[in-house]
Amino acid sequence: MSFLRDEKIRGILYQLITIVAFAMLALYIAHNTAQNIEARGIKTGFDFLNNSSGFDITESPIHYTTKSTHWDVYKVGLINTLIVSFFGIVLTSILGLIIGVARLSSNWIISRLAATYIETFRNIPVLLQILFWYNVVLAAMPSVRHSYSFFNSIFINQRGIFVPKPIFLDGSIYIAISIVVAIIIGWFIRIWAKKRLEETGKEFPLFLTNLALLIILPLITYYATGKPINFDYPVLKGFNFEGGKTYTPEFLALLFALTIYTATFIAEAIRSGIEAVNKGQKEAAQALGLSKMQALKLVILPQAIRVAIPPIISQYLNLIKNSSLAAAIGYPELVTVFAGTSLNVTGQALEIMAITMGTYLVISIIVSLVLNWFNHKMKIKER
Amino acid sequence: MKRLMKLSAAVAMVATLATAGTLDDVKKAGVLKCGVSTGLPGFAEADSKGTWRGLDVDYCRALAAAVLGDASKVKYVPLTAKERFTALQSGEIDVLSRNTTWTETRDTTLGINFAGVNYYDGQGFMVAKSLGVKSAKDLNGATVCIQAGTTTEMNLADYFKTNGMKYKAITFDQNSQVDDAFFAGRCDVLTTDQSGLYAKRTKAKDPSKYVILPDIISKEPLGPSVRQGDDQWFNIAKWVLNAVITAEEKGVTSKNVDDMAKTSKDPEVQRLLSKDGTMCKNVGLEPGCFANAIKQVGNYGEMFERNVGINTPLKIKRGLNALWNKGGILYSPPFR
Repeated sequence: MSFLRDEKIRGILYQLITIVAFAMLALYIAHNTAQNIEARGIKTGFDFLNNSSGFDITESPIHYTTKSTHWDVYKVGLINTLIVSFFGIVLTSILGLIIGVARLSSNWIISRLAATYIETFRNIPVLLQILFWYNVVLAAMPSVRHSYSFFNSIFINQRGIFVPKPIFLDGSIYIAISIVVAIIIGWFIRIWAKKRLEETGKEFPLFLTNLALLIILPLITYYATGKPINFDYPVLKGFNFEGGKTYTPEFLALLFALTIYTATFIAEAIRSGIEAVNKGQKEAAQALGLSKMQALKLVILPQAIRVAIPPIISQYLNLIKNSSLAAAIGYPELVTVFAGTSLNVTGQALEIMAITMGTYLVISIIVSLVLNWFNHKMKIKER
Repeated sequence: MKRLMKLSAAVAMVATLATAGTLDDVKKAGVLKCGVSTGLPGFAEADSKGTWRGLDVDYCRALAAAVLGDASKVKYVPLTAKERFTALQSGEIDVLSRNTTWTETRDTTLGINFAGVNYYDGQGFMVAKSLGVKSAKDLNGATVCIQAGTTTEMNLADYFKTNGMKYKAITFDQNSQVDDAFFAGRCDVLTTDQSGLYAKRTKAKDPSKYVILPDIISKEPLGPSVRQGDDQWFNIAKWVLNAVITAEEKGVTSKNVDDMAKTSKDPEVQRLLSKDGTMCKNVGLEPGCFANAIKQVGNYGEMFERNVGINTPLKIKRGLNALWNKGGILYSPPFR
């Protein structure tokens, strides 16, 4: 047994024992679970995914009826999760950035307001916030018959926000093309403006020009091709508004709560990022004659973002996972419809929970892979 | 390695214990773990002092009285519609008494057995009076609040489809969320079992502003259920329920049960309450088990009137839930 005296071999041996022990335990648990399920006569397997669900989902981005299968339920839930997560991430990034910068403002009121906002909303559990905003929406909005109406085409009431829905007719493809063209032209203008800045030192109002381009070009195309987009207006019929596009109170409350909550953490990440930037950088920017805004945009933020990206990634992941709290207010995302109603209809908790957990895992891993790649790209290139 | 063997042996023991007889488990624990609703007036609700009351709760108490001799030895586990079957399957509770509809799929694929029916219900609709709706057929285009994971959800889909009507469903996990949303005006209609509608209406600020439509769109036999594969416990759950129904039929109440045991000439009453306890021994319980349940909790009629009857805020008539010989369909197989 002299080989046991070798520290290296012993180390490997320990690790092997740990792995084998862990594998045995996992196998044992799996086996035991399977046996118990068998003994109790609970149905297992994934066949239920092909059975028709028998229930309805109100907010479905894809075609869905009671005849659709549980697999369709899964898809509807997943897409709804992704929708709310996507809008949540975009909005929370914008809000977080603004609050984070405001937190460090030299204006006392603005910085205090930002601090109060952060301290309030990051210290209240997000589930309570979701319920709170949901009840606020329901309590504050008028009933269907007394809706707030804007231009007779946008309506706001307890049942949500009703807006006209565009219907794309033949020829609307040209509008899409014109948007792409506008972006490409904008790109060239940017290159030209940068070159001119370097050569002459003259600034060009790039943002405004490109914005105008993005609006005017498609607008011209719209009229030139004979208005190929129709609008389906919401109309009050019987109990409710029909037609148009509806944003339900469940969706809005969830999106709002997730955004408000997560933005506090993003703001803190941005603030710590900004504070990590050497003071000398700011002074150097001033010495070069950059305005405060320019210094922030060109010198401080690019460096601050680098520091802030890793914590921001975790916050994005948190937002995606927190969207599952929608079950409390009935927004039909993955946990509500699939791990909720489908689970109850079929009773196959193990399979459904495994699929749901796997799904969140995959989404989170994809998001963190993409953002880690971005993080890597943004790192200071040390040569 | 030895430590691991010990560990897995311990895990194995725990696992085997969990699959042993439920009756032994309950006796050993000295308490019956009963899954109930998270709060449905008349069926299962904790009052201001934390005491659970209701028709479903009374079934738990009767079972505890029969098995343990004491109706108060119940641990109530409030469950949402979503959690209930998993809780029963996993052994977290011994019996599920949570206004649960007995359906084919549930009975055959969930690993549970229904012990009978303690309330015959049907799905109905509640709307605000101001809408002026007279029948469920007028509900085309309505927004409907429902609780997730219930037969209600499927019945609703079937009913609207059959009648060629459209609707929007808003589905909540928690019962209380359904009520809050409906009373806040999020939905035009609240749908659930009719007994539930009566119960929910008592929660409204002004109950007279809401009407329950006459239409019943489904059969909802509600009853307690137990885990599949433990026939002894299944028998106990079944026959305790039958005992309280038979007691009502024979006029045995919580007040006269002792006298009846001594004086009744009816052979079935004697068998039900007898001291030698053949019937109780048949299901594996101590003599006097059914008498205990009736004495401490009452017969079915007493349970009904106390919790949901005409003198309670719910004001539900016996209707289908009257005995078979009084115009209802409540019927217990004989104690013989």
